Amino acid sequence: MTMASVSTGRGSVAPAVRRSRRRWTGWQFVGPFMVIFTLVFLAPIAYSIYISLFRTQLIGGTSFVGFDNYVTAFQDPQFWSGVSRVALLLLVQVPIMLGIALLVALAIDSGRLYGKSFFRISIFMPYAVPAVVAALMWGFMYGTRFGLIGNINDAFGTSIPDPISSGFVLAAIGNIVTWEFVGYNMLIFFAALRTVPHSLYEAAEIDGAGQWRIISAIKLPAIRGALVIATIFSIIGSFQLFNEPSILQSLSPNYITTYFTPNLYAYSLSFSGQQYNYAATIAIIMGVLTMLVAYVVQLRGMRKEV
Amino acid sequence: MNTIRRRTLARSAALAGIVSLGLTACGSGDAGSGTEAPSSADAEQSMEAALEKGGELTAWAWDPNMQEIVDSFEEEYPNVTVNLSNVGTGTDEYTSLQNAIAAGDGIPDVAVLEYYALPQFALGGALADLTPYGAADLDGTFSPGTWESVQQGGKIVGLPQNSGPMAMFYNKAVFDAHGIEVPTTWDEYYEAAKTLHEADPNAYITSDNGDPGFVESMIWQAGGRPYSVDGTDVSIDFSDEGSQKFATQWQKMIDEGLLSSVNGWTDEWFQGLGDGTIASLVTGAWMPTNLESGAAAASGDWRVAPMPQWEDGESVTSENGGGAMSVMEASENKELAYAFAHYVEVGPGTQVHLDKGNFPATLAELNSDEFLNKEVEYFGGQKINEVLSQSATDVAPGWQFLPYQPYANSIFPDTAGKAYIDASTTLADGLQSWQDASVKYGNQQGFSVNK
Repeated sequence: MTMASVSTGRGSVAPAVRRSRRRWTGWQFVGPFMVIFTLVFLAPIAYSIYISLFRTQLIGGTSFVGFDNYVTAFQDPQFWSGVSRVALLLLVQVPIMLGIALLVALAIDSGRLYGKSFFRISIFMPYAVPAVVAALMWGFMYGTRFGLIGNINDAFGTSIPDPISSGFVLAAIGNIVTWEFVGYNMLIFFAALRTVPHSLYEAAEIDGAGQWRIISAIKLPAIRGALVIATIFSIIGSFQLFNEPSILQSLSPNYITTYFTPNLYAYSLSFSGQQYNYAATIAIIMGVLTMLVAYVVQLRGMRKEV
Repeated sequence: MNTIRRRTLARSAALAGIVSLGLTACGSGDAGSGTEAPSSADAEQSMEAALEKGGELTAWAWDPNMQEIVDSFEEEYPNVTVNLSNVGTGTDEYTSLQNAIAAGDGIPDVAVLEYYALPQFALGGALADLTPYGAADLDGTFSPGTWESVQQGGKIVGLPQNSGPMAMFYNKAVFDAHGIEVPTTWDEYYEAAKTLHEADPNAYITSDNGDPGFVESMIWQAGGRPYSVDGTDVSIDFSDEGSQKFATQWQKMIDEGLLSSVNGWTDEWFQGLGDGTIASLVTGAWMPTNLESGAAAASGDWRVAPMPQWEDGESVTSENGGGAMSVMEASENKELAYAFAHYVEVGPGTQVHLDKGNFPATLAELNSDEFLNKEVEYFGGQKINEVLSQSATDVAPGWQFLPYQPYANSIFPDTAGKAYIDASTTLADGLQSWQDASVKYGNQQGFSVNK
């Protein structure tokens, strides 16, 4: 703003030649960034939108269909079943995951925990495990024959079904995701807590506040920004759920359908069905949907903060 | 789901190398084998000329034996350079190929494609007709089932590489322990399943979670021809007698809990095959190498018997898996490409495949004494190839795959798969919803399906 007003101010005095040269200088600074930005961010999005307006058939080739793909997607029960599945995961799993992460971050930050750095590292560790490896590992553990579930059943005489080959498949995936991302979110919260000045705690203690009071009156308000950010990341993560169901699909193809999550659906459409155009449509709708939900959360979160 | 079959082939290919170490007895490596194929002099001559002239070829295949064949080919024809690349197994390769064809760039000269994927590429015009290069003279060289599979729309679109005639592999030790006779019909198979599971609640006659390749092979054997394709006119009908016969019979197996729910090609599955809790498998003739390496614990216990029949006394079988080498229409040197394919599938390449334990598609190998009389230690010294070879000649004719079978197979678990996990959905319902989804996709893709 200030830059702009300054340049117009001077421009009115300076000759026209100088004005245009100064504009060019600005572009030289911004140029390299704009080129990269256009190539790697804008062009793929534009291309996706472009191909979503066409339809390529095995017989008949490619034709322009306008918004037909979007109309199809809005009426596609498989797509919406995927969306509602990740929405359910979002509503149930994200609060649980963030709750645990917050609890752990507060516990580590409280200074009353022995082996603080050990816990911090070990809870963060799962995040360092690649999602594909984590999904495979849990897939084995869930096994009723040789896995952990099998051992539990043997030891206690129970008959817990294999979680990924039963109605619990979504909960089983939620569990894996929680395990993977508690540490990551914990670190965000913990980092935010470290920035709170110690003088505030001392002042609170002088005023006679207990630990719970300190948490609710100082710590939580102080990290509200981090909470909103973590929530937005989790929303995006849930909507993009792909690795875990994709890996576990080979263990449980009948329960994890090709349209289990919107991303998996887009993947199946394009890689086994050659429906690139429709897959691009699905991807764009999901992108817009994710942005909307994240934006609403951000608006709400930030309003509270003020 | 096609990944199952794809993994099937990957496994059989990957394991073939290991297993071959134990089967050195069968390799007499005569480079002349297969040349007895009736081949007209003209075709032979033009092939030789192309090979002499030389050139560069790009070949796509995932079979690990291929490198060895390429090496010996290049040694014999030094003017030819073959760039062999493995761009992925099964569906992965088809995706790459489809993309290359769409882009019109980077298309190989030859590629190995499974039979069920051939129609898709043939229909798009991606595969060269091999008739002008002398392929028509090879009639009678390959087993009837495989030869029929490479005839698409009046063209010969590939040379068969291997095949998977169906047979029943069973654990004789388990059968004997419970006094179960080897079933020869599907009704006996069902009775055997009941007897076994009652005697030992941990044991199942087989495992099945829904495998489209298996379902197709079963319906094929039962006389069902749910797919019929004439150009772009396609019809899909799972209500025909053969399909229903299978659905009814297999429904009993599902309802009475006679099928293990262990997924195929997992560690658990091989463990089950090794410890006797999965007592039989009805599958393609490429299975032996997989059993030997995956279920080594049961060495000596397994046997091979003919596929159970729908009617007592019949001998009708079907195919499962296998593929052919095709020449791409976009190849700039089709003559040379065909000569290479001929070398691999009819010429000396067949011996390499055979040595590595692949089940051949060429009648000369299928009927050779060396092949038929091979006693396989894993199967208690049984001459298993006698059974498997017989099955290859009993394959029922007239089966067709959809021109988009890979995709149809990939959505099998979404639709028909429900029948295996949900008691309120029958297999017949499942097949119906599979049909609906396949019809819908076909029409979206510009075919005229069930119209």
